[in-house]
Amino acid sequence: MSAGLLILIKFTLLSGIVLMYVALGGCFSEHSGVINIALEGVMVIGGLFGILTVCCIPKNLPSFLIVTISILVAMISGMIYSSLLAFASINLKADQTIGGTALNILATAIALVVVKHYNSTITTNNAQSPKLNYDNSLFIFNVGPFTLNVFIILGIVLLVLSYFVLYKTRFGLHLRACGEHPQAADSVGINVYKMRWAGVLISGALAGIGGMAYIVPSVQEWNFEVGVGGMGFLALAVMIFGKWNPGYIFLGSLFFAVFKSLANIYDSTFLASFHLTKEIYNMMPFIASLVVLMFTSKNSKAPKAEGIPYDKGMR
Amino acid sequence: MADYVIEMLGISKYFPGIKANDNITLQLKRGEIHALLGENGAGKSTLMSILFGLYQPDEGVIKKDGKVVKINNPNDANDLRIGMVHQHFKLVECYSVLDNIILGVEPNVAGILQKQEARSKIMELSEKYGLQIDPDAIVENITVGMQQRVEILKMLYRDNDVLIFDEPTAVLTPQEITELMSIMKKLATEGKSILFISHKLAEIMTVADRCSVLRKGKYIGTVDIKDTTAEGLSTMMVGRKVNLKLEKKEATPGEVILDVNNLTVASNSSKKDAVKNVSFNVKRGEIVCIAGIEGNGQAELIQAITGLSKQKKGKLTLCDKDISHESIRYRSEHGMSHIPEDRHKHGLVLDYNLAQNIVLQRYREPEFSKFGFIKFDAVKKYAEKLIQKFDVRCGQGAETIVRSMSGGNQQKAIIAREIDKNPELLITVQPTRGLDVGAIEYIHKAILEQRDSGKAILLVSLELDEVMNLSDRILVMYEGELVGEFKSSEVDTETLGLYMTGAKRDNITKEATK
Repeated sequence: MSAGLLILIKFTLLSGIVLMYVALGGCFSEHSGVINIALEGVMVIGGLFGILTVCCIPKNLPSFLIVTISILVAMISGMIYSSLLAFASINLKADQTIGGTALNILATAIALVVVKHYNSTITTNNAQSPKLNYDNSLFIFNVGPFTLNVFIILGIVLLVLSYFVLYKTRFGLHLRACGEHPQAADSVGINVYKMRWAGVLISGALAGIGGMAYIVPSVQEWNFEVGVGGMGFLALAVMIFGKWNPGYIFLGSLFFAVFKSLANIYDSTFLASFHLTKEIYNMMPFIASLVVLMFTSKNSKAPKAEGIPYDKGMR
Repeated sequence: MADYVIEMLGISKYFPGIKANDNITLQLKRGEIHALLGENGAGKSTLMSILFGLYQPDEGVIKKDGKVVKINNPNDANDLRIGMVHQHFKLVECYSVLDNIILGVEPNVAGILQKQEARSKIMELSEKYGLQIDPDAIVENITVGMQQRVEILKMLYRDNDVLIFDEPTAVLTPQEITELMSIMKKLATEGKSILFISHKLAEIMTVADRCSVLRKGKYIGTVDIKDTTAEGLSTMMVGRKVNLKLEKKEATPGEVILDVNNLTVASNSSKKDAVKNVSFNVKRGEIVCIAGIEGNGQAELIQAITGLSKQKKGKLTLCDKDISHESIRYRSEHGMSHIPEDRHKHGLVLDYNLAQNIVLQRYREPEFSKFGFIKFDAVKKYAEKLIQKFDVRCGQGAETIVRSMSGGNQQKAIIAREIDKNPELLITVQPTRGLDVGAIEYIHKAILEQRDSGKAILLVSLELDEVMNLSDRILVMYEGELVGEFKSSEVDTETLGLYMTGAKRDNITKEATK
């Protein structure tokens, strides 16, 4: 039982921190007024280029540098990919949901092309494999009975930082004003377009790390055909459940992560006595999000102007 | 030479197809309250947008303190200490009052907010000018009056000395208007210069020192308020003599058309009942007005009578038929017309064209449809007839998308639709809200004509002038109850005010049911 509990905690932390990164990302984007439904796609891109960096970087570099550089690459590739969304929805005033959906579809495709091409350059057999193999040992360390990874530490730091930035700084006050009432922000001299770009880019960076944090710590091989398995969408649910507030988002991520982790312990604990298949448990977080959102979305605290392209001329 | 703080000289602004401002000159003296008067579409807002940097003039110059300045955006205006309270407030609703005031000019150290500093400055200003606020309240929870004080404090916090008020009284209750007037006077005595955009003559006469008048984009003239009268101003504004006082015959009430008996309605916003046990009737050939301060249950009362919401208990009778539980369509087809308060929400489908809006309730009648298909020719013809008859001005005739029409013409379209249905009972809520003198005169006349042709009219209005002018019988509503009933010829506004604020009340519920 206690071994089961330990495993539950381990997996809850693993996926909880991923959900938190991505939901925080969504939170920045939506507070600026842009619905970032492309989080799923951004995670794929961030994970892809982060892992490629781990694969390609010279192995004789200090491990600290390898970790830092690959995470930075994940962040930057996430930012670049989400800048497509920013350009479409802020400058071209395109529909944000449609733009985001397109980016989600595109991301998995890009990942497959890149991975297959990469595999064909390093080996002649199995050239069409959609899988990447990598070494994740640098990202993991043990504290007592717990296996932790760098993403957990970094995540906690970014959580606190996010709260501070959103609610205690001038930047945060401006950002949230753009998502609530862009006309008001504009009338006091805040550049709405700039703030929205900032929001989307920050969300890209966080979701990029999120993608890497999802893939790297738990396995040494990843099949990019599955993308990130709906974690980006789950993170959107966490963000809504978390009322667009970093503190609640943290709690929400843990809540959903528990459901996600049930699939990892179903055969080793008391859950085994229910004789349910693994698929049922795999569905749990999504069913939970459906139920939870049904009850909570009514009193949602969504930024009022999110999803509406800002047009200076409209007053 | 007079000491002008702002001079706008020879300003012209062209938009595709129209000259919004044509060679306009406006000179604002230091420490005065200067009213800018004009009908809707006369170019007031354009002119102020130019002064505030939202538009660039095509011709003309702006001088601040005698020096020519260029105002490219609101930031430039702010640097020149020009501030503006917009007609629709620019407040972030989920922010605190304090955050809204400092937004954009936050005191900070390395980007980190220093709110304590801001708080003391705000409280100081609040005390100095008598602008009572609660800095920690969230904007969406405070009254419209306080929101306006927040907007004023926003300007003062930025040390603005030219304050523009764009139709500031449109959203206020009579009490809040009085308060705003005294705040404006206080600001002026403290040396601020105020531009006050309005088309309400009474307010201009009370508060302004001088008044500039625009008509159809042209500058008509500037007058000293002490040398003029409301009639004089309205003639300047409209270009012809306007009857501010309606000429009307004594009403000759006939049989009861609408009978409301012990009606109780739940509130839209709180748990309490908004309408409590209200009884009254409206007779053929009279205008009955429900007067009261906004939010005392008038909205809920009308929603229950028109069928937009269900009453908790009570009986409604229209022309001797019990309609208490009938649908909106039934009521509409059996003699009830409704000119709603919010013409955008309940009166029109803004993205439909004018013809479709005009047959919104009648499209099923054989005249307009056959086997479920709409006869578009008949609809169009009918719409064109009403456009003619009611003088609705619209760019592309029956095909005009209603959203693109001016407020006054949207209202005319609704009135055309509702009156031409030939109802027994015409319910009209705030029929002239936000409209200019010309349109108000037209609408008042139309309502009066309906009365004289033997309709029963139920009017809800927050404007005491309108109440006194138009109605035959006045019922005052306070906290969901009818607290007074008067003949309009036998009561004055002061008395009505006492009843409206709850300072006085009679027990009239029994009597009205008779």
